[in-house]
Amino acid sequence: MGMTMTQKILAKHAGLDKVEAGQLIEANLDLVLGNDITSPVAIHEMKKLKNQEVFDKDKIALVMDHFVPNKDIKSAEHVKEVREFACEKCISNFYDVGQMGIEHALLPEKGLVVAGDAVIGADSHTCTYGALGAFSTGVGSTDMAAGMATGKAWFKVPSAIKFILTGKPAPFISGKDIILHIIGMIGVDGALYQSMEFVGDGLQYLTMDDRFTIANMAIEAGGKNGIFPVDDKTLEYISEHSDRKPVVYEADPDAEYTAEYTIDLSQLRPTVSFPHLPENTKTVDEAGDVEIDQVVIGSCTNGRLSDLQIAADILKGKKVKKGLRVIVIPATQQVYLDAMEAGYIKTFIEAGAVVSTPTCGPCLGGYMGILASGEKCVSTTNRNFVGRMGATDSEIYLASPAVAAASALTGKITDPATV
Amino acid sequence: MESAKGIVHKFGDNVDTDVIIPARYLNSSDPAELAKHCMEDIDKDFVNKVKPGDIIVAEKNFGCGSSREHAPIAIKAAGVSCVIAETFARIFYRNAINIGLPIIESREASEKIKEGDTVSVDFDHGIITDETTGEQFKGQAFPEFMQKLIDAGGLVNYINS
Repeated sequence: MGMTMTQKILAKHAGLDKVEAGQLIEANLDLVLGNDITSPVAIHEMKKLKNQEVFDKDKIALVMDHFVPNKDIKSAEHVKEVREFACEKCISNFYDVGQMGIEHALLPEKGLVVAGDAVIGADSHTCTYGALGAFSTGVGSTDMAAGMATGKAWFKVPSAIKFILTGKPAPFISGKDIILHIIGMIGVDGALYQSMEFVGDGLQYLTMDDRFTIANMAIEAGGKNGIFPVDDKTLEYISEHSDRKPVVYEADPDAEYTAEYTIDLSQLRPTVSFPHLPENTKTVDEAGDVEIDQVVIGSCTNGRLSDLQIAADILKGKKVKKGLRVIVIPATQQVYLDAMEAGYIKTFIEAGAVVSTPTCGPCLGGYMGILASGEKCVSTTNRNFVGRMGATDSEIYLASPAVAAASALTGKITDPATV
Repeated sequence: MESAKGIVHKFGDNVDTDVIIPARYLNSSDPAELAKHCMEDIDKDFVNKVKPGDIIVAEKNFGCGSSREHAPIAIKAAGVSCVIAETFARIFYRNAINIGLPIIESREASEKIKEGDTVSVDFDHGIITDETTGEQFKGQAFPEFMQKLIDAGGLVNYINS
């Protein structure tokens, strides 16, 4: 029996010719990531280790993005602790205010992950880098501490589900609609402990940003990782952003999958996840009249330049609905700068939206857009759990940047083709 | 490994880490502080009801969502001696093992045990006993490597040894 793409990467990093689903292995890591919430806990754990040195100062990334610029004294103390640790250990990839961006948009942009890498991050959306043909998965702070000290992590080799994407998506159908559709189909634990491997002729129509969005939300189906085969678009992206050489792995033709799903992208409609689980999906046609109070466009899922571009195209020359708060958050400094040069930021401000410095803030109910009791928000983020963005009886509707921008104009969930 | 015994607090499917410990409290990493807000967004009264040794029993996909280790830390620091669920989300599963919060998977136990029952868990044999009803359930055994991590008291102790 052959190996899946994920299994091949894991086998190589464990120094083995072959691995099987269920096998426990120890793999060498190419990068260990943490943010301002998870790194302080990892640093405390590291202080309990006999060997407190980092395995490689160039293979650790510490990104201050969740509560930064600091929202209060406690979060400032956390970032201070990480800053001092990064300085003491001479960590090359420490990103503080001024350089930082939302970690999963920042790392690919900085070229820190390339195809064939094995990456762990103390952030659940670390699975984003599967878009680059890397194995990457979220872990907790103790795993991060062990990874920083030893350069290794233990894994149970996952089985995989194959998603065959065919056909060409219609205008306004993006990676977000595809992944929300898939989560609606298999459920929030539909890929529990497994890899989600995306293949098929439909991939040729997906931009790298679409693929980042899809891989990013593999965790919302319970997946260990989401991964795409490497094609010309991947190689072009990597060569534009990194000096490192990608290593291309392909699934064996006889690799085993626990399930296969075929999705005709040409049939997809703009898709929205209703409260309070990402699996509660409806198409925009089924959404009914949901009056909203706020729109958020940003996050590690949808804060990249193409996300802002589609939102700006829809909002250009128009005004957001009176009484609605619209918050736009470019994911990185580079995205912010590019959006400014392209005129998108001007468009947002003229339309009546507010534009923030990069932060995860509102996505996890940290700051910069907390919802009051009973309020409803259309958001391009990734989770709509109870209380995720504020009050426990507030409601989050997950959608693409196109749906979010169209909804910003009307004040209710709206098909972007109609505005 | 020491057995657990306590009163059961029952939860449903997909208990996510945002309700276990809401992000508004993640500006602290102090276990005692996190424990004060454990389960706050799913059961405001949980921290007042929970007693040392108590057991959480949930259904599918417990601990889904964010990778925050603050979630198992909050549960452990609140005094919970074991979490039983039909399935766990994988990052929560890793984190619980890494920090030494005992967890065990059993579909039958998850289905049949009721709120307020007294339950004991024999980790060495993977046996869950509902002492209120007398029923016994077999938990999913841990692979040998994970058992070593658990026996060592978590990943840090394992690496040090």
